[in-house]
Amino acid sequence: MVKPTLVTNSIRARREEARLTQADLAGRIGVTRQTLIAIEQGKYSPTLELAFQIARAFEVGIDDLFQYPED
Amino acid sequence: MVYAERNIWATLLATAVVIPCYVIVILQQVGGRPLTSVDWLPTMLWAIGISIAATVVLGIVWGIIAARRDPKGATTSDVRDRDIDRMGGRIEHGLLVVAGLGVIALCAVGADVFWIANAMFLGFAVSTFVGSIARLIAYRRGLV
Repeated sequence: MVKPTLVTNSIRARREEARLTQADLAGRIGVTRQTLIAIEQGKYSPTLELAFQIARAFEVGIDDLFQYPED
Repeated sequence: MVYAERNIWATLLATAVVIPCYVIVILQQVGGRPLTSVDWLPTMLWAIGISIAATVVLGIVWGIIAARRDPKGATTSDVRDRDIDRMGGRIEHGLLVVAGLGVIALCAVGADVFWIANAMFLGFAVSTFVGSIARLIAYRRGLV
């Protein structure tokens, strides 16, 4: 059983707001569509570098896209 | 399915077919004689060669078919593929260490070279098989 991550993200909402398809965004950040799907569904925690790339694609800060619960 | 996942499936399928065939061919040669008298080396070399060739051919054919639907994605891999590959590699490495220790133990007790070679061969096969399964689970269920 895979341990679920506590990190959540709002990439899908941002992407739909920007009217981008998964393929569009995946192409912009240099990953496969399957990887973007896994990130959106919380099945893959992106590297810090990839997280910055995604945030930059939406022109927002990393905190605006990824959330981690308070203690 | 991404390029790297297809290659893992190709490896898994080739291993799953070739290893049982190897065991069957070896057992057919026994014919009432001791197992250690079987000429195992040519069969083992053929099994290794065929599994490598089958993995490559299967990967290429599958890639050609996939490229018809998605030409750009047919040979693309990314950071997630590398992360999953590293995780599978760690499992494989652990199993190979166990197999290596088993081989040392067999050498220590003076086991026949048949058992020593086949223990290592089994180690390669099991580590490849389990490592591939672990990677495929990571692709399907996630890696966080």
